[in-house]
Amino acid sequence: MADTTGADLKQTVLNALHRDMGAKMVPFAGYDMPVQYKLGVMQEHLHTRAKAGLFDVSHMGQVILRPKSGDVADAALALETLVPVALLELKEGRQRYALFTNDAGGIDDDLMVANRGDHLFVVVNAACKDADIAHMQANLSDTCDVTPITDRALIALQGPEAERALAVLAPAVAEMKFMDVATVDIMGADCWVSRSGYSGEDGYEVSIPNDRAEEITRALIADEAVELIGLGARDSLRLEAGLCLYGNDLDPTTSPVEANLNWAMQKARRAGGAREGGFPGAERILKELADGPSRLRVGLLPEGRAPMRAGVELFAEEEGGAPIGTVTSGAFGPSIERPMAMGYVATSHSATGTRLFGEVRGKRLPVTVADMPFRAATYKR
Amino acid sequence: MKYTEEHEWLRVEGDLVVVGISDHASEQLGDIVFVELPEAETTVAKDDEVVVIESVKAASDILAPLDGEIVEVNEALADNPALVNEDPTGDGWFFKMKIEDMSALDDLMDEAAYKEFIA
Repeated sequence: MADTTGADLKQTVLNALHRDMGAKMVPFAGYDMPVQYKLGVMQEHLHTRAKAGLFDVSHMGQVILRPKSGDVADAALALETLVPVALLELKEGRQRYALFTNDAGGIDDDLMVANRGDHLFVVVNAACKDADIAHMQANLSDTCDVTPITDRALIALQGPEAERALAVLAPAVAEMKFMDVATVDIMGADCWVSRSGYSGEDGYEVSIPNDRAEEITRALIADEAVELIGLGARDSLRLEAGLCLYGNDLDPTTSPVEANLNWAMQKARRAGGAREGGFPGAERILKELADGPSRLRVGLLPEGRAPMRAGVELFAEEEGGAPIGTVTSGAFGPSIERPMAMGYVATSHSATGTRLFGEVRGKRLPVTVADMPFRAATYKR
Repeated sequence: MKYTEEHEWLRVEGDLVVVGISDHASEQLGDIVFVELPEAETTVAKDDEVVVIESVKAASDILAPLDGEIVEVNEALADNPALVNEDPTGDGWFFKMKIEDMSALDDLMDEAAYKEFIA
């Protein structure tokens, strides 16, 4: 319960601001990060859905892939050798979700890739960033300069008031659509903005030069609709939105097909596509796309009020039998006002509406396989 | 009011002892979303796990503070677990128990000692 001093932890450039604003700090992926502020997790979650929440995500890895040929298509084709995702078709000014796969067909990280005209801009998870950067440098350096961006902070502004609040400082952002990216002048700083995020809400992620990050963040939170939001609410928001957390819901043994991320693997990379296969683990992934996986990520709604957290084993029967699955993320959903979870179950038990039992403290409690998201997204398409 | 090192408070009401968690504990746990209470008329020994509370962060156990019998539980918490955050030392109580030896309360911390304990 003691406050962490964070002696061995890395800090984002907004660390002093978090402490100033009453954050409770915790170690996360090697960083000293705010888990909540004075509002608390529940109110921060609800505030983001009702108005706008600002998240410091500067711990995430920002990387530029600059093609040596000068042609961004060469960077796209090079990165395609590491992901089962079509990037050649990714237009300038657009962003796409992708996955680093490994030779066993599992997922080593999930990431966002943006085409910024003469280069690709990649955002990866904090806990994986050193490995991801080494992976890209080892595999892409023939065609690209792989440059980690360490002189920029990254914030996310999410919620129904995000557009209005950011447009006060940069009117151009109002014209952007979901998954658009643009370079935008904010208070004279050169910012890289995407209309995306990880809360299920409309909103933006903004990459800001370190030396301007606190000033711009303070200008945004001066808006009465905008509150700082910690990692606690970030987790419940993404789970209500049905979005995966790497390390919980995705890992090096889990394939994108098992993870129900087929939508992220475009036709061009599938069997019969223009650039079929050619990514790590293609054999397993293409086979699972054709034949179906043996287990599948599903949404789960516990019937009672007891949350079913990561690690809870799932059974087909109320008594006896072997587990047919496991919860990988579970929490209370403040907006849906009930507990929610996601996990992996045998494909035979994955149909929406299937009644299962989760073993919580020795008792098997009913839980139903449910469609995700648990709360509809409000992206501006 | 008496306190345990497990951050429970105990308040004597007639021949019963009412048990809940302290303001400090409720604050540290964060928003409470689920409380699992024992059955009334359960005989318990000190340190038995009698209540499970789940906050937005994690599950925690509440231990029986003393030997005795749980005679009444706060049913209102089943539908409104947030009472534990809103009024931890009042409407957010967990259970009432009958204690064989009321003098056992003397060994617990009083408010001043508890304040020092959490300082």
